Amino acid sequence: MSARFKAGDRVRVRVGAPPGHFRTPTYIQGKVGAVERLHGDYRNPESLAYGGDGLPKRPLYLVRFPQSHLWRTYAGAAQDQLLMDIFEHWLEPA
Amino acid sequence: MTRVHDRGGWPGAGPINKAEHDLSWWEKRTDAIATLLMSPEKRVMRVDELRRAIEDMEPARYEQCKYYEKWLHAIETIVVEKGVLTREEIDRKVRELEAHG
Repeated sequence: MSARFKAGDRVRVRVGAPPGHFRTPTYIQGKVGAVERLHGDYRNPESLAYGGDGLPKRPLYLVRFPQSHLWRTYAGAAQDQLLMDIFEHWLEPA
Repeated sequence: MTRVHDRGGWPGAGPINKAEHDLSWWEKRTDAIATLLMSPEKRVMRVDELRRAIEDMEPARYEQCKYYEKWLHAIETIVVEKGVLTREEIDRKVRELEAHG
C-alpha cells in the first residue's frame, strides 16, 4: 500500500471503538501529533486477532506527541514526547 | 467508558508499581508455552490473538488475575478455539493434577 503520510506531517488520531481488538488506546484518540517516520507495511492486527490473515498490509507509522498535550497534569519536562506506533487507518490529516 | 485493558489515564488508578519480583515456575512455564505456540514452527497462536483473548476477559476477573494468569486464560481460549485441546481435556487434566496434590 502506498503511504498517505510522510515524516513531519501533522496527523490527528481518529476517535472510535470498533467492536473487537484494536491497537489505538483511548487516551491517544483525538490527539494531534507529528509523523516521526514510516515503519513500512504490516499485517492488520484487527484481523490477525481473530485468526485472519491481516491482509492487505497497511502502513504503520511512528507518531510523536508532546506529553503535555496528552495529560492535563503532566509534571515532567516540557519537551517530553510520547512515541507510538499507529496504523494509517487510524490517522487523518491535521 | 473504555474497556478494562485500555486504562491509560484512568482517574484514580494510582502510580504503577515498578518493583521487580522473581517469577514463579508456573509463570515461566506459561511464558514458555505461549512462546512455543507463537513460534514460526508451530504458529498455533499469534500475539494479536493472545491480546484479544485477554481483552475479552470478564472485567472483574481481569482485575483479579495476575499478568500470567491472563496469559494462561488466553492460551486456554486459543487452543480450544483452534481445536488443539478441548475444554473437557483441560478440565480433566486439572482434576488429575489436583487429585495428586
